[in-house]
Amino acid sequence: MKIAILSGKGGTGKTFVSVNLASIILNSLYVDCDIEEPDGHLFLHPLNLTENSVNVKIPHIDNTLCNDCRKCVEFCHFNALASIQHRITLFKDVCHSCGGCSLICPMNAISEVDRKIGCIQRGIAGHIEVLTGMLNPGETSGISIINRLMEIANQSKRVTIIDCPPGSSCAVMESIKDADYCLIVAEPTIFGSSNLKMIHQLVSLLHKKCGIVLNKCLDEDNPSEEYARQAKIKIVGQIPFDSYLATANSNGEIAVSKNEKYQKIFTSIYQNILREIKS
Amino acid sequence: MKQLVILSGKGGTGKTTIASAFIQLAHASAYADCDVDAPNLHLINRNFDHQNKEDYHGLVKANINQELCIKCHYCVDHCRFNAIQEGLQFVVNQLSCEGCGVCELVCPAHAISLVSSVDGEITLSFNDDEFFSSATLKMGSGTSGMLVSRVKAQLKEKADNLPFAIIDGSPGIGCPVIASINGADMVLVVTEPSLSGISDMKRIVQTIQKAHLKMALCINKSDININQSLAIKEFAKKNSIPFAGEIPFDEEVIKCINKGKTIIESDSKAKDAIKIIFNRVMKWFLDENE
Amino acid sequence: MKIAIPTINDLSIKVETSFGRAPYYAIYDTETKKYIYLQNIACNSVGGAGIKASQFLVDQKVDAVIAPRCGENAMKVLTDANIKVYQSTSPLIENNITDFLNDKLSLLNEINTGLHRHHHG
Repeated sequence: MKIAILSGKGGTGKTFVSVNLASIILNSLYVDCDIEEPDGHLFLHPLNLTENSVNVKIPHIDNTLCNDCRKCVEFCHFNALASIQHRITLFKDVCHSCGGCSLICPMNAISEVDRKIGCIQRGIAGHIEVLTGMLNPGETSGISIINRLMEIANQSKRVTIIDCPPGSSCAVMESIKDADYCLIVAEPTIFGSSNLKMIHQLVSLLHKKCGIVLNKCLDEDNPSEEYARQAKIKIVGQIPFDSYLATANSNGEIAVSKNEKYQKIFTSIYQNILREIKS
Repeated sequence: MKQLVILSGKGGTGKTTIASAFIQLAHASAYADCDVDAPNLHLINRNFDHQNKEDYHGLVKANINQELCIKCHYCVDHCRFNAIQEGLQFVVNQLSCEGCGVCELVCPAHAISLVSSVDGEITLSFNDDEFFSSATLKMGSGTSGMLVSRVKAQLKEKADNLPFAIIDGSPGIGCPVIASINGADMVLVVTEPSLSGISDMKRIVQTIQKAHLKMALCINKSDININQSLAIKEFAKKNSIPFAGEIPFDEEVIKCINKGKTIIESDSKAKDAIKIIFNRVMKWFLDENE
Repeated sequence: MKIAIPTINDLSIKVETSFGRAPYYAIYDTETKKYIYLQNIACNSVGGAGIKASQFLVDQKVDAVIAPRCGENAMKVLTDANIKVYQSTSPLIENNITDFLNDKLSLLNEINTGLHRHHHG
């Protein structure tokens, strides 16, 4: 069973909810799909780490075979190839690895080679298996890392918590594509409720069962709670604003590992989610 | 028109809260929201007489003409992005398609063509002498870098004669962030004293250093962890990054934001701290000699 | 010798900041002492605009470029093609040409890391 945790806006507590859920679910799998800023490992401290590169394919041009016909330059929709002084130059940072230039070259002058864009780290944190995707700084797309993460997750029998990237881009969609349930984390500000609406639309677009956990709740009116009630989205939990949590979080501590109050809260959230999935 | 871009790396550190405060303190007449995935700046009290909206066309996407399709599978076999769904009909998944043109190339029946798609909407809100540029990316889209460039280009086009613009940048370290800082004169990095905040701050600083831009650092919610705030200050010192100041955690901020106001409209310790940071940053930003 | 300067439209006397996405290039011919204006085919490219624009100028057999800024990819194309890239000194096209002819321009040193892949941000 796979539960995706997402939020639209950053900083609402996605990773906080993800690592705490992964901790109270026995023998879980935690997958960090926030490959630009992966944070889960800072809380979980996985050991026995193994790392695998994630590569994309880029063209290699044999200029001795090239007849300067420029079909590759003209084909490339991303302008990744240029013809200068009868040599073809590749600009790998704009290459989308589509393989088109290699197909179109009439002289068979283009083959493909691997280029590393990031990696996947695997480790164990107590009973939790931890998978972390990391995009190398300077790289701009890590969809292939997320695809690889989900491939590995799909082979696992463990209950899986997917910590999604923020926003609503296709990286987020790839992360939730195979999820059985989407848990949306929302904060009690108008920023939060505005982005909650957007994320709710995204999750509905993919026909995913979803629920909300209201985080950092104060005694004031909660615009996100209002939206949830109005849109009839199930609220599976409410976590109060608590400076204990802020401090614990900032020190990379997992609340449920020491604190009974939060063990109860997260256990209740998980049970509510299970109930929702079964219904 | 000089550009000050406010970035954070990690989301939720207070980038938009601080950007809106700066805009008010500076009486800025030109500003933009580059967080096209989750735009928030427009929620802070602003009234404009006019608003222009335009469709944003991103990449082209492949489209299969079902009458010509012979279901030979060549397109599926060659698509690197798993974007073609087989079934009773072969259909291109518009969210996964990257517009590379390989399927169009290999299709023996000439059944595939690339067509332009609407990936979002770009908005210009303005009065006679005030301009706000923003955009929303349609969900599931991927062309945010280009859209961010358009948001900035639109502002530059309309307001180039104004002395400066304040840009609420994109979160993360990827393409939209690069687009946010393209052409910037200075970047203010907002960080928070948490392990993830610091980790993400280091990644964004690295990204900015690669672009050789004037940079300053400030800490938001600095009192939630004094030790880590100290660590951040050490980091700034060690890496010669000007430290602009720190803002204590303040519940007043949430109350203001939820009323659609900037923190400047309150009486709070956060407001006082932001004013100090603002004065420092603006001096560095507008200083011609640096 | 042909010198290219990014500009706003086919009548403009001003220099455009973005090199790769400038709508037009003003090309000054030192022999005829005249300007022609060419539309930049790359300006609406979603990605790799600098590369495509530079390729275009290489194919137009331009000898030098004067610009306020230039992305690293565009710079590579131009440099590999032996086209010199100079730092513009004025927002007006004509002043830059005057400075060029009087040997007052220096080569553009600061390269900007521009946009990379544009899809899947």
